[in-house]
Amino acid sequence: MAVLEVAGLRKAYGPVVAVDGVSFAVEAGEIFGIVGPNGAGKTTALECVEGLRRPDAGQIRVLGLDPQADGPALRERIGVQLQQAALPDRLKVWEALDLFSSFYLRPADPKALLDRLGLTASAKTPVSKLSGGQRQRAHIAMALINQPELVFFDELTTGLDPQARRVTWDLVRDVRSEGKTVVLTTHLMEEAERLCDRVAILDHGQIVALDTPAGLVRRYAPEERLSFTATPPCPLQVLKALDGVTKVESEGDRITVLGTHPQLVGQVVTALTASGVAFQDLHTAQATLDDVFLTLTGRQIRD
Amino acid sequence: MRGLGKLTLYNLKLYLREPMASFFTLLYAPMMLVLFGSIYGNEPSPMFGGRGTVDVSVPAYIALVIVTVGLISIPIGTASRRETGVLRRFRATPLRPLTYLVADVAVYFAVTALGVLLLVATGKIGFHLKFQGNVLSVALGFILGMSAFTALGYVVAGLSPSGRAAQAIGMFVAFPFMFLSGATVPLEALPAGVRSVAQFIPLTHVVTLLRGLWTGGSWGSFGKEIAVLVGVLVVGVAVSAQTFRWE
Ligand SMILES: Nc1ncnc2c1ncn2[C@@H]1O[C@H](COP(=O)(O)OP(=O)(O)OP(=O)(O)O)[C@@H](O)[C@H]1O
Ligand SMILES: [Mg+2]
Repeated sequence: MAVLEVAGLRKAYGPVVAVDGVSFAVEAGEIFGIVGPNGAGKTTALECVEGLRRPDAGQIRVLGLDPQADGPALRERIGVQLQQAALPDRLKVWEALDLFSSFYLRPADPKALLDRLGLTASAKTPVSKLSGGQRQRAHIAMALINQPELVFFDELTTGLDPQARRVTWDLVRDVRSEGKTVVLTTHLMEEAERLCDRVAILDHGQIVALDTPAGLVRRYAPEERLSFTATPPCPLQVLKALDGVTKVESEGDRITVLGTHPQLVGQVVTALTASGVAFQDLHTAQATLDDVFLTLTGRQIRD
Repeated sequence: MRGLGKLTLYNLKLYLREPMASFFTLLYAPMMLVLFGSIYGNEPSPMFGGRGTVDVSVPAYIALVIVTVGLISIPIGTASRRETGVLRRFRATPLRPLTYLVADVAVYFAVTALGVLLLVATGKIGFHLKFQGNVLSVALGFILGMSAFTALGYVVAGLSPSGRAAQAIGMFVAFPFMFLSGATVPLEALPAGVRSVAQFIPLTHVVTLLRGLWTGGSWGSFGKEIAVLVGVLVVGVAVSAQTFRWE
């Protein structure tokens, strides 16, 4: 069952077309990621869905509601963490939670929520004195205080160190395991790959691909990369002739074989042994969403 | 109106946690009263038609507290909450805009009233402040003046692009108001030229109304003051409704 449906969404700011005909649906209980470089239109798309920005064109249904027409009813049922937002500096964490819980009909237990987010020790700390990771967890707490069915996280881990990022990923997985649906944006391909059930890759306001991370890799960057060192001469021609091998590169005594055959490693090892070549330091690497993005757009996501 | 109680409570706490805001709202006017009261005392003076300096200063200083909150606290508070994204965060909840506004206004009225109470208490305890008016009547005059300046405050907030701009604009307007309206230095002590300029400053009418009501004057004799302040209020509400932005 789709909890969120977007069709033909378009939003421009003057001459800048931020979102240009985007359509997707999010199923109940999944973690859905919108990934793309800076300025791709992720925030614009998300905030149109949340009812915070008015689209120029397109249809949006969230939990069966129209975000523009049914704003208050929708906001009662969704949780939102915004990329650009703040809590009052001098408000303490528990006060912020107490305040936000008063805005909703069915608030969660604030104490339990603080505990779950590891904020009990900082409950009396003013928001402005929190560390980056703590502040982000405080924002997650505000997003969960109304026991939402659907939660939006916009660049949740941007600016966090790897340790805090991992903690945050676990929190997002917890949220989903309670049966909530999560929609998040990120410009980190690794984050999308680790966290999301399905990923929409957004570039220049358009979705260029949408699938599971594994599906995207299979389709757009199916090559496995196998590399080893061997004392020359190495029968490069024999390796090139193997079934499914698309490319063989050598650089000094390091040889890299690219291919799509499911038994690439076995084939290469067998061929090398048969030719009597001694090889060492062999490892393989699967393509990642970074490679998918490169294939789709011809550039690195960080460019 | 869900959320009104908690929002009012925390807005009040947040206001009192800002050292500058609470100093200028609560302590500045009583301190001025102590200063000038100690210099001039509260003996009857011919300049004030037989009233003492403190008796004349207290209702004028009420206007001072009003303009401080209206033209400085409200613009800074509102514009900086907009700039930092606090208002955006509220907008992503079911909190109604009207509820937000009511809580905001209630707190500004409450802190101003608290400042006025401290001022009056200082006058009574320190200088035998005399009061010949009707408490309800003075309270209504306070509400009218505060309403007009609250509306002006939201106008400044709406027209300011940032919190800093709001602070600059608010102070740029507030300081001449404070010193040319009789709120700080009594109009009787100012040159005639200044007194004629003062007629164009809305705060002057707050001062005149409050000083009049303080000594038992009737509302009927302040037609001009009431008309100006109601006019400022109506225009201010209309303009701020047009210029208010959540982000
Ligand atoms: N309020 C706005 N007014 C004008 N232009 C805007 C506004 N918001 C976004 N834009 C522009 O729209 C485009 C998309 O911006 P958006 O913030 O949606 O991208 P994003 O994918 O979220 O980027 P980031 O990864 O940096 O958060 C950008 O070119 C941006 O400059
Ligand atoms: Mg963004």
